[in-house]
Amino acid sequence: MTGAIGKPTPYIDAVQKVTGQAMYADDYKFPNMVYVSCLRSTESHAKIKSLELKKAEASPGVVAIVTGKDIPVPFGVLSISRDETAMAIEKVRYQGEIVAAVAAETIEAAEAGVKLINVEYEPLTEFFTPQDSLKTCTPDEQIHAHTKDHKNIHKTAELRFNEPEKELETAKHKQTGNFKFAGVTHGFTEPHSAVAMWNGDETLTIISATQVPHYLQKNLSKVLGLPLHKIQVKKPVLGGGFGGKSDPFPHEMIVSFLSKKIKRPVKCTFSREEVFITHHGRHPTEINMSLSCDDGGKITALDADIIIDGGAYGSFGVVTSYYNGVLLQGPYLIDKFGFRTRRTYTNKHQCGAMRGHGAVNPRYAVETLLDMMAHDMEMDPCDLREKNFLSDHSSTVGEFRITSNGIRDCIAAVRKKSDWDNRYGNLPYGHGLGVACGFFISGSALPILWNRYPQTVVHAKLDFDGRIVMFSGASDIGQGSDTMLVQIAAEELGIPMDFVQVEVSDTKTTPVDLGSYSSRVTFMVGNAAKSAASNIRREMAKAISKEKDTPAENITFKNGRIFTNDKSLDISWEEGVEMAMAGRGAFVESGFYISPKLGGNFKGAGAGLSPSYSFGAFISEVEVNPKTGETNVIKVWGAHDCGKALNPLAVEGQIEGSIHMGLGQTMSEEMRYKNGQQLNANFFDYRIPSSLDTPDMDVTIIESNDPEGPYGAKEAGEGPIHPVLPSIGNAVFDAVGVRMMELPITPDKVLKKIKENA
Amino acid sequence: MEKVTLTVNGFTQSVLVESHETILDTLRNRLNLTGTKKCCDEGTCGSCTILMDGKPVLGCLTPTLRCVGKEILTIEGISSGESLHLVQKHLVKSLGLQCGFCTPGVVMTAIPFLEENPHASRNEIKESLSGNLCRCTGYKKIIDAVENAAEEMRS
Repeated sequence: MTGAIGKPTPYIDAVQKVTGQAMYADDYKFPNMVYVSCLRSTESHAKIKSLELKKAEASPGVVAIVTGKDIPVPFGVLSISRDETAMAIEKVRYQGEIVAAVAAETIEAAEAGVKLINVEYEPLTEFFTPQDSLKTCTPDEQIHAHTKDHKNIHKTAELRFNEPEKELETAKHKQTGNFKFAGVTHGFTEPHSAVAMWNGDETLTIISATQVPHYLQKNLSKVLGLPLHKIQVKKPVLGGGFGGKSDPFPHEMIVSFLSKKIKRPVKCTFSREEVFITHHGRHPTEINMSLSCDDGGKITALDADIIIDGGAYGSFGVVTSYYNGVLLQGPYLIDKFGFRTRRTYTNKHQCGAMRGHGAVNPRYAVETLLDMMAHDMEMDPCDLREKNFLSDHSSTVGEFRITSNGIRDCIAAVRKKSDWDNRYGNLPYGHGLGVACGFFISGSALPILWNRYPQTVVHAKLDFDGRIVMFSGASDIGQGSDTMLVQIAAEELGIPMDFVQVEVSDTKTTPVDLGSYSSRVTFMVGNAAKSAASNIRREMAKAISKEKDTPAENITFKNGRIFTNDKSLDISWEEGVEMAMAGRGAFVESGFYISPKLGGNFKGAGAGLSPSYSFGAFISEVEVNPKTGETNVIKVWGAHDCGKALNPLAVEGQIEGSIHMGLGQTMSEEMRYKNGQQLNANFFDYRIPSSLDTPDMDVTIIESNDPEGPYGAKEAGEGPIHPVLPSIGNAVFDAVGVRMMELPITPDKVLKKIKENA
Repeated sequence: MEKVTLTVNGFTQSVLVESHETILDTLRNRLNLTGTKKCCDEGTCGSCTILMDGKPVLGCLTPTLRCVGKEILTIEGISSGESLHLVQKHLVKSLGLQCGFCTPGVVMTAIPFLEENPHASRNEIKESLSGNLCRCTGYKKIIDAVENAAEEMRS
């Protein structure tokens, strides 16, 4: 690589961001705009007996009021579970569900209008725990009418290979654990916000803080009954997502419907409390898992029974149910493997996709059981793991194709840097080290909404000014994908990065892309961008070759020059552009990525399939005060195999951000409820780590050069979170000898375990 | 509504505001200075940090009426000259930002801190930023950037 690829590269939009000039959704204002405030349910599960709007309608400044009956078409991110409507119709399913929305001249007038709406509820039986939801109930008590056998089970996902249960019955070395994980939320800093405009040509434009403009376009079309080609979804600068802005949301339906109805721009921005209530975060999870080994420490079987608490609606839950199991097929070779996940509906805020989707909690369980196994077998926990790694260019029992795999380099790096071999097991009481590994997809090989198109298309435009514009529907959500597009074009065309600009995330101008989720962007959009830019180079070389009578294959594009090695041709980029455009003008070239056909033929074989997988190994060091139970994470060494770091600064940023988020879930974060009401819907009581809670971080990037990734790259945004949590839990065991089977690891839990142990 | 005279980023003007209004809403909604971000609106995250007579305050907890007669400085007033402030420059260079939503608040916290504490240690810098929540970076590169800016300011 001679150009921009592989070099630490500041983001192309960083100056806009540090100067306050970057425009986020709520920063947009339009003439004649109205503001929306939502009336939210105070009941968890209840029939709406009456809804009285008259007083509100007469309130000064109120322009329009809508209720569930106005927008009755159900939607949802997965076509198999469209179970949500823009507002509650006939009954509410969680506290905070939107019942009515008021549009007014000012936000204060909208809020005043909301207060004048009278609702009468008739309570129904409430389901707050998954255990309650597993029981049979009367049809009237069902949260959703479509669930089977009069139970509130949304989805059961089960896969089983080679009878693991039989192996586990007779295994000599076996570990079993019951684990419990509190729900956690994304905690992105920018609240949800959307502004919709009904245009004079009978089309809709919505500017929304979304990770997936494509899903929103599709769901809006369904809900509004508006053809796809009349909907423009634009993602402005986005203030973080982590999966929490990847569903289509009720407020997006509401502002769109209202703008069509009243023919004025309509904006809705959530308060922080509303962001918490909207949630869609990581499911509260209970796992019963068993794992066995032979005398040599080779894993022989793994089986897990998992219950996830989905809340009131489906969201990504079907995928989450599968990911809880299938993503345990790496980084270890396990031939006897099985799981069952049941996702229940409950009368709480809905859960969905969050960084590390579905696999974070079960990963904690696997890595803890392996640590227990190593302890009982008197083996080093790193050695035990090294005996079991999948090899590169192999296959898992569920037929995941493994290509590049840098897991051995990852564990070697953190082992050495943390001085593991000398320090593990030898630190004084109260100090400990723990290790864990991880594994994640680089994008899903199958799209969520089935179609015959490639996963992504990128257009590259060349014009007379010498500028390349990369058009991509991919969403930069802070991970730096816009910068990646520029780096790739600059690399392929041998030009400085400032010749390249982007037009992104606009369903009217950019080719369709499936969005930013499942760690798909670098691998898929990167490949498409590379192909689009190299097609521009091919076209330019063809024209120059003709004009200069030089074979096209001898032409090199580098450092802003276009030349042959013998210098018989040596022209500037601008001269090359002029030749390429002669007689044809500005042109666009296209590149696409489509995943190879992968996977087995059994039901559920598609879940977790990816063209490539990332790997990682982390070691954490903790200090536990045995008198108070307080745990401090002092340092985390993380090594992640991202194939090839296209932008090492961005990859480090993703790994460090993963450590932050993993630390939060392990130590302090928890969605707390009482009778369906969240007790901590604010950043005082829902504690995300501050700069002071942040441990030292030592990050190592491992480059295994994936054969199919762009320049060898694969994902780095989600994989690094998985090992963080169990490495901390295992370090607590090394420090004070207690196994933490419940997250978060709060001082009271540690102290209780220490006392039980004494 | 009350008519108040405000001095923001060196420019004095009259504005009509509600008596209960915060300076955050006045800046964003009436003066179109949207660089100051509304993340929590309840004093928990530091995103709306601005300077009042040179001292950092939270815009969401500061009534606009309290800003009368004071010099208010927002993120838009920091780099109104030709080049970025050193704190901004190093945040860009070290990738001390990802989504960028907390960034204006970080800049407005770090600048007065370094002006008062040019020799701050890494731990002191960490402490000074403890009221600014960031969900993307894990803080490491923010702290690196502020440390590097301090070093360059001293030299």
